[in-house]
Amino acid sequence: MDDLLLNQFLLLGAVLFCLGVYGVLARRNAVLVLMSIELILNAVNINLIAFGALHGSVAGAVFALFVIAIAAAEVGVGLAIVLLIYRNRRSVDLDDMAEMKG
Amino acid sequence: MVAQSLFFYAIAAVIVFSAFRVVTTNNVVHAALYLVAVLASVAAQYVLLAAEFVAATQVLVYIGAIVVLFLFGIMLTRSRVGADQGLTHKHWISGAATAVALFAVMAYALVDEFGWSRTPMPADPRIRAVNGSNTATVSDSIFSTYLVPFEAVSVLLLAALVGAIVLARKD
Repeated sequence: MDDLLLNQFLLLGAVLFCLGVYGVLARRNAVLVLMSIELILNAVNINLIAFGALHGSVAGAVFALFVIAIAAAEVGVGLAIVLLIYRNRRSVDLDDMAEMKG
Repeated sequence: MVAQSLFFYAIAAVIVFSAFRVVTTNNVVHAALYLVAVLASVAAQYVLLAAEFVAATQVLVYIGAIVVLFLFGIMLTRSRVGADQGLTHKHWISGAATAVALFAVMAYALVDEFGWSRTPMPADPRIRAVNGSNTATVSDSIFSTYLVPFEAVSVLLLAALVGAIVLARKD
């Protein structure tokens, strides 16, 4: 009874997820917000693989691969949008983007 | 078995420290480099969970492609390469409070629900299912049970690629 607890991995995922949430909320640079989103996606992947190992199934690993693929697509489009914002406004500061404010 | 716990906590410490630096450092390039440390350590945790194919994919896709994309993004948006105090919002304390409250709720729920469940050892026969290795099982699974989602992800990646080129093209 000395092997790994499921909760070790789940709590590690929770810590990583919350650090990512903090980054999304507290950062002003759009590129850094995208990096924090990567932290959140990695936390989800740790949980998927830990549950897959718990149930002895590869479904967790397969879905983790899908998440990695979607993360790649998300970063590609996200950075293209950030680049476009930079070209139009010469800044990637999220506080400057307040046109929709009532 | 003790070695596994030892490695788990060592890698987890690297993950938590590097992730903390990603969201707190004042230098954009340092944030990208700490992100590499986080991603590599997460890949090490996948190896500990006997998911070696996902670990290899993590290194190839995340560290090989996504971090390079981030560095290009930093370069093209001409973020200040040195220290920059303006990277964190002045109301960061409410973000920190939200994150801490969220973690408290999650930790309570997890400890309450899964307090004593144990993951099988990576050498567990259930993981090394039919074909001897995790990679073979994963690929069999992708090309049989999950074939339709796999093709959908392929089309999505193509669409995202075309979309990113259309957005970032200069004209």
